[in-house]
Amino acid sequence: MKIGTAGSKESNDCFVTVRESDKTDIIIDSVVAAFFYDQIKTTVEETLKEMKIENVIVTIEDKGALDYTIKSRLISAIKRMK
Amino acid sequence: MFRSLLFVPGNNPSMLQNADIFAADAIIFDLEDSVDITEKDNARQLVKHYLDDAVNHPSFIVVRVNPVDTEWFASDIELIQTNKVDFILLPKADVDSLNVLEEKLNDLENKYQLNPIKVLALTETTKSIIEVYKIAKHCRVEGILLGAEDLASELEIDRTNQGSEISFARSRVIFASTACQIIPIDTPNTNIEDEQNLLEDCLIAKSMGMKAKTAIHPSQLEIINKIFSPSQKEINWAKGVLKEQEKNIGKGAFSYQGKMIDKPLITKANNILKKASQYNIKR
Amino acid sequence: MINGVNRFVPDGMPAFVSSDAFKNKKRKLIAKKQKQSKTVFLNTIDSTFDLFDIHDGQCLSFHHHLRNGDEVIQKVCEVIANRNIKDLHFAPSSIFPSYTNMVDLIMNQNITRIHTNYLNGKVSKVISEGYLKNPLIMNTHGGRARSIESGELKIDVAFLACPVVDKNGNGTGSFGPTACGTLGYAISDLKYATKVVLVTDTIVDNLDEFQFDGAYVDAVVVVDSIGNSEGIVSGTTRLTRDPIGLKIAKDCANAINALGLIHEKFSMQTGAGKISLAVVKYIRDIMLETKITGDFGSGGITSSYVEMLNEGLFKELYDVQCFDLEAVKSYHDNLNHRAMSASEYGNPYENNPICDNLTFVILGATEVDLDFNVNVTTDSLGNIIGGSGGHADIAHGAEVTIIISPLFKSRIPIIKEKVTTVTTPGSDVDLLVTERGIAVNPNRIDLKERLKNSGLPIFEIRELYDIAHQITGVPRKIELSDEIIGYVEYRDGTIIDCLYKVKS
Repeated sequence: MKIGTAGSKESNDCFVTVRESDKTDIIIDSVVAAFFYDQIKTTVEETLKEMKIENVIVTIEDKGALDYTIKSRLISAIKRMK
Repeated sequence: MFRSLLFVPGNNPSMLQNADIFAADAIIFDLEDSVDITEKDNARQLVKHYLDDAVNHPSFIVVRVNPVDTEWFASDIELIQTNKVDFILLPKADVDSLNVLEEKLNDLENKYQLNPIKVLALTETTKSIIEVYKIAKHCRVEGILLGAEDLASELEIDRTNQGSEISFARSRVIFASTACQIIPIDTPNTNIEDEQNLLEDCLIAKSMGMKAKTAIHPSQLEIINKIFSPSQKEINWAKGVLKEQEKNIGKGAFSYQGKMIDKPLITKANNILKKASQYNIKR
Repeated sequence: MINGVNRFVPDGMPAFVSSDAFKNKKRKLIAKKQKQSKTVFLNTIDSTFDLFDIHDGQCLSFHHHLRNGDEVIQKVCEVIANRNIKDLHFAPSSIFPSYTNMVDLIMNQNITRIHTNYLNGKVSKVISEGYLKNPLIMNTHGGRARSIESGELKIDVAFLACPVVDKNGNGTGSFGPTACGTLGYAISDLKYATKVVLVTDTIVDNLDEFQFDGAYVDAVVVVDSIGNSEGIVSGTTRLTRDPIGLKIAKDCANAINALGLIHEKFSMQTGAGKISLAVVKYIRDIMLETKITGDFGSGGITSSYVEMLNEGLFKELYDVQCFDLEAVKSYHDNLNHRAMSASEYGNPYENNPICDNLTFVILGATEVDLDFNVNVTTDSLGNIIGGSGGHADIAHGAEVTIIISPLFKSRIPIIKEKVTTVTTPGSDVDLLVTERGIAVNPNRIDLKERLKNSGLPIFEIRELYDIAHQITGVPRKIELSDEIIGYVEYRDGTIIDCLYKVKS
């Protein structure tokens, strides 16, 4: 199984894991989930769409990262998976 | 154009998202030495999306790419596509590496219809210090930054607080830059806990002719800005000179405060006031 | 009904009107205690329960000077559990994470009422989740002194940890193995509780100087240890390297200077947080540079203030609790490092309390809203994570009240349209200093005028609110439940806000 990770668990960062799978699933564990869950999910979905990636399990362990940080970590993780 | 340039590690989201609030005249987003070799792709990706998507950016953006002979250089340089980068800071710069960079920049600027990118050359090898005038003359180069730590390591010497071991290198950079009308920028002070040492270091650099200094922690910026701004004394002198000049129109030289003033000093006075107004320093 | 800060208060409860409404009422004082008999010396806390017939429904009080090192409240809780006394009312001045024994007592309804000024840790969690039978009352340090002296908070037995006690029952915190410095929060308990028990681990023959007068003390219990000194003194003296914190601190000090608040008669108080410590350092730099010395520093005292006292930058320190060992030592050695009681510090009815003499104070915030109301009681989800302590007292007393905070903390913006819980009313808050700009309360045209040419980045608070949202995105609004689990009391005893149950 192919797997890629990127980022860190420092404050304002996130740790992203991307795994190959037979369906797409997004798992978000965020310290700010109560306030930004939907926004984080949208960022992940849009990034996957832009990169035309399907059938991956994305896990985001988020410490309050801004959207562009989440996006960049996700792209790095996907590129590292390939 | 600058007094202070602050290095920000490219892979640090906390620092990136606040890079615009510090008192630096320019921010150097670093992809080189402050980024671990396993994280080069991650840092590049983060800086790219920061430049593309962050709401606020610093007024001048410098990116320090990896040296031209590394596997990361080609991807790093693509960051200029964001159209947000004002300067590339080229580490281990010498005439050969500048030519490689120049070719790459020409290609990218043509391909993506970009504004011309300026270059700051980081001279940190003995070879580059020897050929520094050629570097300064290079058409892209707008400033030369002395990198004393790498230089000291190559020379197998210790860096000292008072810095006499780098005075030759400093002077080479200052003379070459000044001759080519570009800006000489001083090496950062790595004692981030020692404000007194930073102050003395800045005063020495300024007295030799450095026009700006790099910082590796935001807490160094206040002292750097203060030293590399015109002082109240300098501003008063410059205003006095220009006032006296008005009274002496037509004369090549005149006396002010017991000293002879002629063209070079009038130019100096004008430069001081220009700089003071650029940095909004109260008179 | 809706109170003076537009918050709901259930009918029948005294609603907050304004921060100076207390002036319309007179001070109420119950008689100080008259001790009938000689001070008794005992070996166990358990025996005090028989001696004073401590039973169901009574009120026991404590102070928090030993902070996270306190073992007295833990030991009293053990006795209560063994005896299974029910329905007790607890009134500790604060509750720290180490007070774990209270948790089971709350769950088993041994404790069913609590009055306190500040709480965090497991106790605050179970209370937020609704396990305390009766509403939690959170008052201010000054407000607690007021409610005790007026008889509103009636204490049956005060168990007061005391580092050193002499044979006459006099006590001090200034030395001994568990030295904690001043014992200011316990003075009202000492004077007005029906019975007073000092709990100590060090007995001496005779104290020349003491803060607890044996005339009020009914019993002294001598135990092996009242606390763990590592937990007693906390706080860091090292200057933060956090660039955001330093930027806020610098702008704050520059704003204070631009406002002309550093002058020969000035006085100040700051919290013990990292940014506050940095502000103190920058103020000291300004004082040294301008050769201006001030009048006094007050508060929970840290080593930075001790240093300034020793350098002659302040004439005196007024200290209600010592935050570090340097402060404890200075309180012991230096006559100009003076103790103050919670009442002398912040009781609105005290004659000229210290808080009313402050030129400026620098305080933190969990949230600030567009009306400048400040929350330091709950997080943005409604979980209790702190409390006023002296926040509302000094915010009202000081000439200029400054809140310092990052504009957002791990993506959560600090400025809200409405704070989750009002701790301190916006009418008492003058300046908000963040890393991206300073907002001035529109009520303070004078301050705004004085900052106009300072070169500092001055914004409307709504502009800062918008800037934060542009960076972080707009956070989802959180709906609190409507089940009230407690009340935030303003210093005059009126209800400034309610606390609501959160989901476990």
